[in-house]
Amino acid sequence: MSYYCIMMVCGFRCFRNILSALDAANQCFEGGKILDNNREFLMRRLHSLLGIIPIGLFLTQHLIINHFATQGVESFNTASHFMANLPFVIFLEIFVIYLPLMYHAFYGLYIAFTSKNNPGHYSYLRNMLFVAQRYTGVFLVVFIAWHVFETRFQVAIGADEADFNMMANILDNPFMLAFYIVGVLAAVFHFANGIWSFLVTWGITQSEAAQRNATYFTLLVFIVLSIIGMRALFAFV
Amino acid sequence: MGEAAKTVIFEIERRNSTDEDSYWEKFELPYVMNMNVISALMEIRRNPVNIEGKKTTPVNWDMNCLEEVCGACSMIINGKARQSCTALVDQLEQPIRLQPMKTFPVVRDLVIDRSRMFDSLKKVKAWVPIDGTHDLGDGPRMPERKRQWAYELSKCMTCGVCLEACPNVNDKSDFIGAAPLSQVRLMNAHPTGAMNRDARLNAIMGEGGLASCGNSQNCVESCPKGIPLTTSIAALNRDTTVQMFRNFFGSDRMVD
Repeated sequence: MSYYCIMMVCGFRCFRNILSALDAANQCFEGGKILDNNREFLMRRLHSLLGIIPIGLFLTQHLIINHFATQGVESFNTASHFMANLPFVIFLEIFVIYLPLMYHAFYGLYIAFTSKNNPGHYSYLRNMLFVAQRYTGVFLVVFIAWHVFETRFQVAIGADEADFNMMANILDNPFMLAFYIVGVLAAVFHFANGIWSFLVTWGITQSEAAQRNATYFTLLVFIVLSIIGMRALFAFV
Repeated sequence: MGEAAKTVIFEIERRNSTDEDSYWEKFELPYVMNMNVISALMEIRRNPVNIEGKKTTPVNWDMNCLEEVCGACSMIINGKARQSCTALVDQLEQPIRLQPMKTFPVVRDLVIDRSRMFDSLKKVKAWVPIDGTHDLGDGPRMPERKRQWAYELSKCMTCGVCLEACPNVNDKSDFIGAAPLSQVRLMNAHPTGAMNRDARLNAIMGEGGLASCGNSQNCVESCPKGIPLTTSIAALNRDTTVQMFRNFFGSDRMVD
């Protein structure tokens, strides 16, 4: 008799335990509620978006305007003057260039320094590009800071004027020319490869084939923008 | 016969416990036809004498199935993370260097603790809740072609190779890695599992989740089971893009 009692108590306890475990499991799955901790997710997505829109678009436009230099001093000065005198130019600069660029740069540095690059043992193409994306990113923070200081900042303090001569003077120095060549190529690479990861990050290219085609496309972007950038640079020399 | 007996040389990165410094120890053992890294480790365990002829402690390692389905014997062999059971000595350059996968806490010698992967599976709710207090009956049917596709994702053995190969899984970041993410795609693809897909998507949108992927794609190159991990990640990126807008614009549509 007592044996049955013990069995019944045990059985009941068991049953109750199972019920509470099920309850816990079901609560886990209530879902639907918005995470309070998805800040990192949103920041990474914003970083990815800003790299293309507006920074990538601005880079493309910048290189194309520069390309006027291949058509002579007058032509470049007219284009540069037009850009410098756009209405609300300071707001355009702040919201289209400075703020997005600074966010992308500083959060990008954080991303770059939290990775542990391993191209030695895992020397696959995508991993090499992953490493290159981080190296060019860090280099570009230095290059762009210097470039802005040397051009836009000098104009802002009234020390110089943004025209053909300004760039011709800068690029007169062979070290500066080399610095600018590396800088433009790094920027174009970072943008082209950034398009590729943008397409993955937003879930646009999914399959291996789609991602491979995106690689070809971004290679084309790299080549075309590099040619435009290099032609513009050498027009000042 | 007549020629000098062939031998195999192993260099093993060892340590006595998690907090102790590592040291390298060399072993030379007789070559046996078709030997693999595990059989070599078994030989060292049988006769723990290093290349200098000194008796040493047997090398510790983890193993279970010996046919590349359990994931327990993963280690770094000549620089690359893989399973030691399918690492054939004939196909390896000598000396063969064995190291523990240091992305994980090293318990001793080549034994690592993969608990973080199992914790991640819990975090991302990588299961299908079906139990109730009464019989819920049959779930929705799964199309056969989808089942075949999902089977590939289900081959994951939580071996940790994708985490070891990933540059973004390290002590400076709390990225959970490719394996648990791909499991979210598997569970969300299941007709019954899909009933809770938003809960899993929200989970991987948290700290150290999907967004920490940097697309180096080492995971898919290294996965011993050939799981399309990067396709899974990209697909989840698309799903979380939609989930993000649903969350932001306050849609009350939880699941499809």
